[in-house]
Amino acid sequence: MKFQHFKGWIYLLPAILFLGAFMVYPLIDVFIYSVEEGYNFASQTYSGVGGFNFSYVLHDPYFLQALKNTFLLVIITVPTSTLLALLISVGLSSIKPLRSLYQTIYFLPYVTNTLAVGLVFMILFKKTAYSDGLVNLLINWFGGSSVDFIDGPYWAKLFVLCFYTIWIVLPFKILLLTSAISSVDQSYYNAARVDGTSRFRIFTRITLPMISPTLFYLIVTGFIGAFKAYSDAVALFGTDLNASGMNTIVGYVYDMLYGDSGGYPSYASAAAVILFAIVLTITCINLLISRKYTHY
Amino acid sequence: MKVELHNLTKKFAGGARGKDTVTAVDNLSLEIPDGKLVGLLGPSGCGKSTTLFMICGLQKPTAGKIFFGEDDVTGLPPEARGVGVVFQNYALYPHLTVRQNILFPLQNLKGKDKLSKSEMLRRAEEAARLVQIDGLMDRRPNELSGGQQQRVAIARAMVKMPRVLLLDEPLSNLDARLRLQTREEIRRIQRRTGITTVFVTHDQEEAMSISDIIVVMKEGVVQQTGKPQDVYDNPVNLFVAKFLGTPPINVFEGRISSGKLVMGEDAVLNVSGAQDCDVIVGIRPEGFIPDENGALRCTLTGVEVMGRDKSVIFTSPCSKAPSIRAVVNAESVVDTSSHEVRFTLRPVKVLLFDKITEKRLECELSQVK
Repeated sequence: MKFQHFKGWIYLLPAILFLGAFMVYPLIDVFIYSVEEGYNFASQTYSGVGGFNFSYVLHDPYFLQALKNTFLLVIITVPTSTLLALLISVGLSSIKPLRSLYQTIYFLPYVTNTLAVGLVFMILFKKTAYSDGLVNLLINWFGGSSVDFIDGPYWAKLFVLCFYTIWIVLPFKILLLTSAISSVDQSYYNAARVDGTSRFRIFTRITLPMISPTLFYLIVTGFIGAFKAYSDAVALFGTDLNASGMNTIVGYVYDMLYGDSGGYPSYASAAAVILFAIVLTITCINLLISRKYTHY
Repeated sequence: MKVELHNLTKKFAGGARGKDTVTAVDNLSLEIPDGKLVGLLGPSGCGKSTTLFMICGLQKPTAGKIFFGEDDVTGLPPEARGVGVVFQNYALYPHLTVRQNILFPLQNLKGKDKLSKSEMLRRAEEAARLVQIDGLMDRRPNELSGGQQQRVAIARAMVKMPRVLLLDEPLSNLDARLRLQTREEIRRIQRRTGITTVFVTHDQEEAMSISDIIVVMKEGVVQQTGKPQDVYDNPVNLFVAKFLGTPPINVFEGRISSGKLVMGEDAVLNVSGAQDCDVIVGIRPEGFIPDENGALRCTLTGVEVMGRDKSVIFTSPCSKAPSIRAVVNAESVVDTSSHEVRFTLRPVKVLLFDKITEKRLECELSQVK
């Protein structure tokens, strides 16, 4: 080996060591755990190798509930939040007065403490001995009857979870999209105006293609982030997510490891591998679709 | 289509609270005859681009009127004026092919102007053929050279058959060789279509070489309008004289004294029709003739041989310039070993300006007998 090559590897060594120890090794370990059947945590022994862990997880009603919750969350929040962010960004870009004020307001959720956000959602949705929550007050105002959003019917809880998720992810998307929109060269718009292009056509034929890389980035990371949802559910429904029926895949993995029913690294690993497979598939589909619509 | 600008003024709000207004274009009146190629020329910040944007409608004038033929278009939006614009960076849509780019303006047409698909394609092909890019229709802008992109931009501007074509610094993004080629191309296209064309440039050579009429601007005010050669030969003031010509005109201090133009100690030319006063003397680089017995004595710095001609570089006690450049023909002999160089001046290449107003002095110059 030439000295130059040797030197290069030395430079890389710290990063390789850390990444190897804390990322690559655990990743491989998860795959190994997921196929070891009857693994005993205390004796570190297992009875055989096979697909039983996967089969167990896939037949576990708690996992199926978590899978359903996660998929619904993804399907609802990713398109909604991206579209909302796009609308707000376009709106922000087309106004001049008070733009920075609005930008600050829209960005506030991003810098707000999670617990504070949780508190606000409590005030909004939580039914207590003293009040039904602000949202229920509004519903009553319009003649509806109170809904328990935290301990009530499934759709109400899902609504709150989606609402919360969208609200949390919106600022970052707005931030990226407004900067993408403002970095589109003004002369394209000038050229379009001289040619008498309608506003709608300017948006669909110029703005959208120009910001498509950012949009695509947001959709991919949005999918991945939504699939990994966990803390949002905990903030709203507490740690016993299986009991409230609002668990997510990551929540299931956590419960299998550390929860009250925990101590099953094999099942947890199997669930994690399934999540990995799902995210990989969705991201690949995203990539394939985007190749047609993204213009770099 | 004749274009007339009447007392056009554009003020921009400047400063932190918009208190200071900047006047970009000041009371500009201009008549652009039908079918001519007009170059708006001036240093950066002189308001030439603002003028162009007001003609195309992207900017509204603060005061004044714009006429296309008999129509007052001052209040009309750009799309209703029938203008084609080529932007400095071309503004080709990068995600669309050349064909889609050229089709774009046609697809915007609505109502009775709406064209059938085949008609649009035919018009696009025709525009592409005009600028000779019909072989590149399926490429994207980033797969084209700068010159080809420029042509696509012209084709896109021409495809809806505008009444006026406007070009904003059309050549500034091209390299020197391509610039030469493309400016002839623009000239050819303009001649063939006979479309009234206004283009903006800060490059005087570019403007002089292809324009029918040049308009020299400074700080929002038109200095002079005319045929390139006329403006070059008879600039109205020192600014115009300095702005036109490469290498630029050489500026000296001098005075008129009893019918003679005196520079330093030397009486260099006879002057008639002017009173005795201090003057600024502008001498074009081609106005110097090396002559052992010449009247103007200067200190030689060096000689640059260019092949076709040579530059004699010297200093003079009556000029503040660190070096003065004279372009003489390649055969003329200059004694480089000597420190002194003497010139006779060509009277037509010597321009006199008032020392205070910097306006051109009308007077007759002739050789000292």
